[in-house]
Amino acid sequence: MLDFHKNHQLLLVTILTIFVVLSLFIAVFPAFQLQENNAPLPAEQPMTSEELRGMHLFISEGCVACHTQQVRGIEMDKIWGQRPSMPSDYYYSKKRMDFWRQSPSLLGSERTGPDLTNVGQRQPGDQWHLLHLYNPRSVVEGSIMPSYPWLFDHVDNVREGQIVLEVPKSFKAGPGKVVATQEVLDLVAYLKSLKQTSIPVLETTFIPAVGKDQRKGETDELLPDGAMVYANNCAACHQGNGEGVAGAFPPLAGSSIVNDEDPQVMIQIILQGYDARPDYGQMPPFADLLTDEEIAVLVNHERSSWGNNAPKVSTDLVRQIREMVNKTQK
Amino acid sequence: MFKILVWLAGTMVMTGTVIAQGKVEIDTSTWSTQPGVIGTVLLSVLVLVVLAYLMVVRLNKLMNVSEKVKWTNEREDLKSDLINLEREEVDELLERRKKAGLYRLRGNEIGGELNFKDEKGLIRKITKSPHNPLVDDKKSGKLKVETDDRLIRLIIAYVVAAAFWLIFGTLIGQYLGMKFVWPEMDQQPWLSFGRLRPVHTNTVFWGWASLGMLGLGYFVVSRTSNRSIFSYKLGWWTFYLINACVVLGNIALMNGLNNGGGEYREYIWPVMLLFAIGLILALINIYKTISLRNTVEIYISNWFILAALTWTTVLAIIGYLPFYQEGLGETVIQGYYMHQGVGMWFMTFTLGLVYYYLPASLNKPIYSYSLGVLAFWTQMLFYTLIGTHHFVFSPLPWWLQTVAIVFSAGMFIPVLAGTTNFMMTMKGSRKAIEDSYVLPFMLVGVIFYFVGSTQGSFQAFRFTNYIWHFTDFNVAHSHMTMYGIICFFLWGGMYSLLPKLTRKEPNQLAVGMHFWFAFIGLVIYMFSLMIGGTEKGMSWVDGQPFIDSVRLMAPYWLWRAVGGSLMFISHLVFGYNLYQMVNGYRIGRKRNTKIVKVKKDEYARFS
Repeated sequence: MLDFHKNHQLLLVTILTIFVVLSLFIAVFPAFQLQENNAPLPAEQPMTSEELRGMHLFISEGCVACHTQQVRGIEMDKIWGQRPSMPSDYYYSKKRMDFWRQSPSLLGSERTGPDLTNVGQRQPGDQWHLLHLYNPRSVVEGSIMPSYPWLFDHVDNVREGQIVLEVPKSFKAGPGKVVATQEVLDLVAYLKSLKQTSIPVLETTFIPAVGKDQRKGETDELLPDGAMVYANNCAACHQGNGEGVAGAFPPLAGSSIVNDEDPQVMIQIILQGYDARPDYGQMPPFADLLTDEEIAVLVNHERSSWGNNAPKVSTDLVRQIREMVNKTQK
Repeated sequence: MFKILVWLAGTMVMTGTVIAQGKVEIDTSTWSTQPGVIGTVLLSVLVLVVLAYLMVVRLNKLMNVSEKVKWTNEREDLKSDLINLEREEVDELLERRKKAGLYRLRGNEIGGELNFKDEKGLIRKITKSPHNPLVDDKKSGKLKVETDDRLIRLIIAYVVAAAFWLIFGTLIGQYLGMKFVWPEMDQQPWLSFGRLRPVHTNTVFWGWASLGMLGLGYFVVSRTSNRSIFSYKLGWWTFYLINACVVLGNIALMNGLNNGGGEYREYIWPVMLLFAIGLILALINIYKTISLRNTVEIYISNWFILAALTWTTVLAIIGYLPFYQEGLGETVIQGYYMHQGVGMWFMTFTLGLVYYYLPASLNKPIYSYSLGVLAFWTQMLFYTLIGTHHFVFSPLPWWLQTVAIVFSAGMFIPVLAGTTNFMMTMKGSRKAIEDSYVLPFMLVGVIFYFVGSTQGSFQAFRFTNYIWHFTDFNVAHSHMTMYGIICFFLWGGMYSLLPKLTRKEPNQLAVGMHFWFAFIGLVIYMFSLMIGGTEKGMSWVDGQPFIDSVRLMAPYWLWRAVGGSLMFISHLVFGYNLYQMVNGYRIGRKRNTKIVKVKKDEYARFS
């Protein structure tokens, strides 16, 4: 009866049927279910048309080749988000792009560059994103990301409303002033919109893997490492050597605020952010991103590196300043 | 079938603990004792052993020590003989030697004075060069396969177009590899990494491998069905459609127009539709040929080829239909499409080719038809279900991930069945492999079939995913499989088939260069990325700043570029060899075919 080796018709029908059935089971039905049973999180914001255009540029430039947008439920991904990604996170971004193109693949398969799930939280400033896109090495030494100078115009006369980019001379790709095009502004709007929507209840218990910190925590108390906190949160703008980027990000080395005997202003700036100096990009607030311990070791690291020499601060002091800041904000 | 189902049920029960858990405990301090890691290390060692073995065999011929010892001994013996001789005896010996030294052959000792005429064209090649172990002549193929001229033209067109796409596609790959070392090589939008990467992958997938497979496949189907291809016209239409798909798709990609970024699914649907139509035409063509075969049984190769065409048609349709692809539905389809593209198209079709070209090159039957059938059905059952192993720990449903991991482990069955079958076919043929310029390609293909596929199963485990996922390890894996398996098998098939069709052999030194550059290049490529990928994964586990993991990859990316350059050079040599094999043969479709009456003696020449 099962003479597949002689009956070509039977062979064709069998392999076709089994494959279609398996495919329906493993791909089509689960996909359909995920498409239908999916709603945005309560706090999730719909995308603006600018952000949507930016996402389309993100896709057409092939950024997904190197950047993932999925935080996995394991220890090593803690740095990329507060919790693992879930289907709702992609509710607004994964709609069919147009008649010619389907809904975009955003999860990605490789991290040659960092995960972008929460990049809007980590890097909220326009100036940083623009400089980084114009030439990544102008802000991150050692980056191998391509430059995107064609998303900028080089002009002699700046028209009103155009955004001028202060590019260090050695990184300039053309004559005159560098101004941002609408395209790159869209892209930056999209990148800035990438913030993980929080679900407070789940945050602490969601990561199932047992990591190094937890194992060590059982035996001895482990304080965060100031240099590491700096590298992960501050070095992108202020650079590893603390010298900043001229015209974009102020130096910390030799800074009067950092070296001040009284650390209050410095800690306040870290907590609340800073946008008082028009000659530099805006600094985002870190109150929600860093704990008091982390801020304390970070401040101590900055106050004792690159020739800086100022007295150390305690976690208690950071806590007091945070309470004060919270009160004044209310 | 029943046995397979029982086995499947058993696997599900044994892994029941995995399914029941919604969470997994991962302790990286035991990473070196994890089965996935140990297995991968063993597999890597296997590749090195095979590489070393082949090199030693070659070097051994080059520096045959015992030969030298023997020669020295003889010289010493002669010396002592001479010393013991009397004066008269020495004079006589010298006189005889002088005479012998003055003697010259006249050149007609065997044939006489008459002019030599090779009226039947029996002499193909006259070798005058002395015996040289490095470029020792390998055996020529049997240059006698009666084939329809129309089929020869069709096959040559497919293979030449495939080779063009290989060289173009890997030139792009080479350029991309260099961008990791020098990120500011250019500042052109259409040359930027994000746009070129899919050009590289899609060109070598849909251009090189697909056309190469189909070209070799038409011969297999026609030969094993003992009849000519059902329709040459359909064959040509498939050819035009696939090439058009790659040309248009690449132009679109370089202009920033892609289908939304899904890997190997970057061509927008109107472009991929051309490929799908070409595929359906090929399916009709090959199915018709098989159904009209002049043999009772369907040869095992044709099972695989027919299945590959059927499954990939379904795959292309499911991959692009829009009804279930919004939100994460798209990601489910992406996992399915990406992996089945490799498994159901390239792997299945190529295995079909191996079941023909390997035994044909060895001039003996395949070891076991039944093992081939077992591999066939298990390939279909297991491979179809494992795509989601690219999304372990992702927001896709946990059960979907678990099914993918379980069946990835199940892939051991078709892989072992196939590998055993091929190795047993080659057993006892060491001499044949050494004397052939085709079989080393097949041998390397078989080794990578085992190593690459097994490594894929190991990589699917949750622990190994933790360390290796998102790192360059995956790039190493995809090159071990798509390059180590598919490319080496295709080259083996091409070097085996084309000389039989065109009666022209490639330069064997060049074939050797192709083989060694490709093989050594691939080994450098895969090891640099596997080691670098592991270090990168461990750096992330340790919570080091991300940019440190970029910096630590720098030397490995440089080595990747070195290995990639060797691979690319080997493709240029391959292009030259191909030119040697098809030079003088008019490529393309013959328009006005005149029927010429063949004279009796000419007929004898070509039959």
